[in-house]
Amino acid sequence: MIHIVVCIKQVPDSAQIRVHPVTNTIMRQGVPAIINPYDLFALEEALRIKDKFGGFITVITMGPPQAENALRKAVSFGADDAILVTDRAFAGADTLATSFALASAIRQIEKDMPVDIVFCGKQTIDGDTAQVGPGVAKRLGLELLTYISSIQSVDIDRREIVVQRRSEGGVQVLKTRVPCLITMLEGSNEMRFATMPNMIRAARTTVKRWDRVAAGIEDVTKIGLKGSPTVVSKVFAPSPKTVKAEIITTNRGAPDEIAAALLMKMFGRYPHVREELHKQPV
Amino acid sequence: MEKFDAIVVGAGPSGNAAAYTLAKAGLSVIQIERGEYPGSKNVQGAILYSDALERIFPEFRDEAPLERHIIEQRMWLLDDDSHIATDYRSDAFNKQPYNRYTILRAQFDKWFSQKVSDAGALVICETTVTDLILDGNRVVGVRTDRENGDLFADVVVLADGVNSLLAKKAGFHPELKAGDVALAVKEILFLPQETVESRFNVKEGEGVVIEMIGKITQGMMGTGFLYTNNESITIGVGCMLSDFKESGVSPYLLLEKMKAHPSIKPLIQGGEMKEYTAHLIPEGGLKAMPQIYGDGWMIVGDSGMFVNAVHREGSNLAMTTGRLAAETIIDLRQAGKQMTRDNLAVYRAKLDDSFVMKDLAKYKDMPGVFHANPQFFTTYPELVNNAARHMLTVDGVDKKTKEREILKSFTASRSLFGLMGDAFKMWRAMR
Amino acid sequence: MSEETKKPAGKKKFELDPALAEYRGIWVFIEHERGVAHGVSWELLGEGRKLADKLGVQLAGVVMGAPGEDTRRYCQEAFYYGADHCYLIEDPLLKDYRNQPYTKGLTDLVNAYKPEILLLGATTLGRDLAGSVATTLKTGLTADCTELNIDVDIRSLLATRPTFGGSLLCTIQTLNYRPQMATVRPRVMAMPPRDTTRSGGIAEQKLSMIETDIITKVLEFIPDQNTNKINLEYADIIVSGGKGLKKQENFQLIRDLATVLGAEVGATRPLIQSGWVEAGRQVGQTGKTVRPKLYIAAGISGAIQHRVGMDASDVIVAINSDPNAPIFDFATYGIVGNAMTILPALTQAFRDELAARAAAVPA
Ligand SMILES: Cc1cc2nc3c(=O)[nH]c(=O)nc-3n(C[C@H](O)[C@H](O)[C@H](O)COP(=O)(O)OP(=O)(O)OC[C@H]3O[C@@H](n4cnc5c(N)ncnc54)[C@H](O)[C@@H]3O)c2cc1C
Ligand SMILES: Cc1cc2nc3c(=O)[nH]c(=O)nc-3n(C[C@H](O)[C@H](O)[C@H](O)COP(=O)(O)OP(=O)(O)OC[C@H]3O[C@@H](n4cnc5c(N)ncnc54)[C@H](O)[C@@H]3O)c2cc1C
Ligand SMILES: Nc1ncnc2c1ncn2[C@@H]1O[C@H](COP(=O)(O)O)[C@@H](O)[C@H]1O
Repeated sequence: MIHIVVCIKQVPDSAQIRVHPVTNTIMRQGVPAIINPYDLFALEEALRIKDKFGGFITVITMGPPQAENALRKAVSFGADDAILVTDRAFAGADTLATSFALASAIRQIEKDMPVDIVFCGKQTIDGDTAQVGPGVAKRLGLELLTYISSIQSVDIDRREIVVQRRSEGGVQVLKTRVPCLITMLEGSNEMRFATMPNMIRAARTTVKRWDRVAAGIEDVTKIGLKGSPTVVSKVFAPSPKTVKAEIITTNRGAPDEIAAALLMKMFGRYPHVREELHKQPV
Repeated sequence: MEKFDAIVVGAGPSGNAAAYTLAKAGLSVIQIERGEYPGSKNVQGAILYSDALERIFPEFRDEAPLERHIIEQRMWLLDDDSHIATDYRSDAFNKQPYNRYTILRAQFDKWFSQKVSDAGALVICETTVTDLILDGNRVVGVRTDRENGDLFADVVVLADGVNSLLAKKAGFHPELKAGDVALAVKEILFLPQETVESRFNVKEGEGVVIEMIGKITQGMMGTGFLYTNNESITIGVGCMLSDFKESGVSPYLLLEKMKAHPSIKPLIQGGEMKEYTAHLIPEGGLKAMPQIYGDGWMIVGDSGMFVNAVHREGSNLAMTTGRLAAETIIDLRQAGKQMTRDNLAVYRAKLDDSFVMKDLAKYKDMPGVFHANPQFFTTYPELVNNAARHMLTVDGVDKKTKEREILKSFTASRSLFGLMGDAFKMWRAMR
Repeated sequence: MSEETKKPAGKKKFELDPALAEYRGIWVFIEHERGVAHGVSWELLGEGRKLADKLGVQLAGVVMGAPGEDTRRYCQEAFYYGADHCYLIEDPLLKDYRNQPYTKGLTDLVNAYKPEILLLGATTLGRDLAGSVATTLKTGLTADCTELNIDVDIRSLLATRPTFGGSLLCTIQTLNYRPQMATVRPRVMAMPPRDTTRSGGIAEQKLSMIETDIITKVLEFIPDQNTNKINLEYADIIVSGGKGLKKQENFQLIRDLATVLGAEVGATRPLIQSGWVEAGRQVGQTGKTVRPKLYIAAGISGAIQHRVGMDASDVIVAINSDPNAPIFDFATYGIVGNAMTILPALTQAFRDELAARAAAVPA
């Protein structure tokens, strides 16, 4: 039986984040938290492997107590077990400290049941670094497979897996062995609609809560703010561009007039645009 | 498929009150909410009346996400460019326990729902109940839009809000009449806390309510309202759906115009819109109330028309009806009785001795009164405002003469007799 | 630009750990696959040059590849674009990109020669490699930077990147760790001039690894068919459409104009999400960053997440029916009107322009 661990993160729905008009600070108030959209592709891929070969899926997240909702939701989609790694000591973690904490938590999971595949999303929409996946892989000495667009085959007995990896100008077909860590590319699949029995199971699930110690971390200097090499020294709003667009108008305002007027103005002031245009074969 | 003691449809105040009370008494409860999370689909002004919640959570003040407690109530009578106001502010409102709070439903409902799950009910969101499952004319469960989505229970509590589609489908409930519902549009405008407090002259935690009638509703029957939250202002206006239909006024433009009113504009200046919502409020009162219980089912909250239009109270009636419905179910179970129509009649009895029915009875004629007397929303505001302007403009005319002129202007447009009658109705309505 | 969070711990008389003081110089990883070097490498060298001069240190290019992959030409190019010298690892194991050998090679180089700053392109390869190297070296990495600068008195890299869905920017520092690593997306930085008079020295290094150490094998490489091969980032003219086009059919108007201009087609996220346009064509924060000579945007509001992907374009022409659309705040030229009528007119105007040229050219 395959044991898959899926790393998910609860993020503020950035589509709904507002910046305070006066102070330029974030208004998180009332902004709903969602599962990082990219992580859903990872979870769905894990579920498909489970559908095919049978298996057990553990979802894990490191975050504040509210992140429990994200895990519950993952269970409603079909995950079997959910672990929330939460501790004040984790506050302010950057990707290095986050991957350290996750890696060590996954080691604890291994103690009950060896892990064959770890799934991550491509990136988060808040952190947006695409580093935690590679970080976890390196720490656990797992084969790292990033930007995977599809999983071609899994051979449990030979412990081999063949995947397609998106790279510049094409797709690499890679063969490697499990255990490995896969970060899924968006659009590679579509999350299923949870069934009522799974919804009920999720509502009943008790999400495991692991603090620093339970996650197997002794050294506090490796987590949270202390364990984070990077510091955010400043947050600010993009400076607004001062020159506004020159609006093209003509007295009749007919489209063809406007088009002509635009070309004249533009080619006059920016001859290199015209040259560029003329580069193409006649 | 397993069977539950009770299914609650909807996670608004009524559904939460019912589900919480049932679960706390140890019944197995499943609650279905169509919204992404409880509160995500709920619009409210929003004033929370402590009493109803206190009966469910004596200690709610320590944990519930409350915005400000109300220390000042303003009543505005507006015409096109002015308003005349009565204003009641009292330090008595600053004495614990406070009686009314402003809340943001999105937060409040989330908190309430958390309590419901903590009490042991299964809260299932993002799921819509599409049908009631009937056995003969007995309701035995609900069908949802999910795979293997049928759920069964001894009793189904419909807390699905105004214009309950389910109740209608099952024929418990006739089509809503446009004259029985108000359409309210509402905006939450973000403003820094300091700004709110200085503009409304309140300290941290203190809040102001402004109720408005007059030209802002452009002759339609309705009221406007403005509530102060911690870091935002809620402003809205509601009118009878029937009036919107007749006048063809767009609710959105109605609110936009109201926000531009010279008396209101400065209060909301610079506010950044965070949320715009439109929602129906059932205002038919007692006369429009449907059958509210039957074999294996009960209706609570808005879906049962439990709203006191005159005082724009709803969530408190919702919570109370939700609680009473739950208590009825609990009693029946303990007595080992079936959830039949006859047995559930106790619910109606409980309602009758509660403030719910008493109030609804008291005001059962109000919608009519207002409907029959549009002058409340047109003529008077104008007259009164003129009067005030007249009085306050120093132009050499002596006050006595002014008074005479004012009275003339009143009687000119309406008989003295009518005036007195209206004054009485008005007093009943506004108090 | 108003600030929010606290100043970094470092700002108040920050002392660099003496052990780290020996880290010197700026490196840029030169990315190439199947015979083409990625333009982002040169863009980074241009940026790295400025940083190096601020710090008064040398700028080095790092080239890794298999024999016969004309790695030396890439070193040469690196010099042209501003590098003072290059580190080269040549080994058959480096034929196709694989995480394991590249991570090993680059980390060994860093440990041997200790640069204070290491820059990579935020490409699939660069992000994969940077994340692994940073973790192995246990140092800080800032992804997707849009601006790089130096706090000279503490020799600290100021890496600025969008945050919170692009609505804000934040500046990130890696104070007491070395090297300070950052990735930058293609086209975010300008292409520096190519100075063929420049040259420099190449330091070669061995890859201490054998094939049997490497678990992952490349079975094959499936190149994108040229038909749907999209080259947005480096296109010189781009015509983009947004939700204002109303119907999928109307997007054809964008394609028509693009054909006449010999331009690439771009789009906003909603159009990708609703499946009107291939994902590879999304311009913006979660799509591609572009800086063409001409960017024509029709029916696009100019939301910040789209803007960050295109406002480095030389000339931006915006067509929008709403005179208050934010895009008019930063476009070069604006046309207030219905895209469905303006686009065909533009297409015709450009067609005439080119026809006139054709006529001018003696057959
Ligand atoms: C603008 C406005 C201002 C108001 N101001 C006040 C005020 O200041 N004070 C006050 O006390 N009251 C006020 N009210 C009234 C108050 O909001 C309502 O009376 C109260 O919300 C009723 O609660 P409820 O639980 O009955 O219905 P709702 O709060 O509407 O909850 C119904 C729930 O059921 C869910 N649902 C519906 N159909 C289905 C289905 N088929 N399947 C699953 N779920 C479903 C909905 O998503 C919703 O969450 C105001 C109302 C409005 C519109
Ligand atoms: C985390 C995050 C990442 C994102 N990343 C990206 C990204 O990478 N790229 C991206 O593009 N978006 C991105 N978005 C979405 C972005 O916020 C905007 O929603 C999106 O760019 C809006 O696309 P649009 O301009 O096509 O649509 P709209 O914002 O709806 O604009 C449509 C415009 O068309 C105009 N219009 C309407 N009718 C006509 C007509 N007949 N003729 C001419 N004009 C007309 C309207 O006035 C309007 O200005 C992201 C959002 C989030 C939260
Ligand atoms: N706090 C976290 N808890 C669990 N998984 C995480 C966390 N942060 C990041 N991840 C995983 O790492 C991936 C990349 O995240 P990021 O490096 O922030 O872009 C995400 O898609 C998640 O799968």
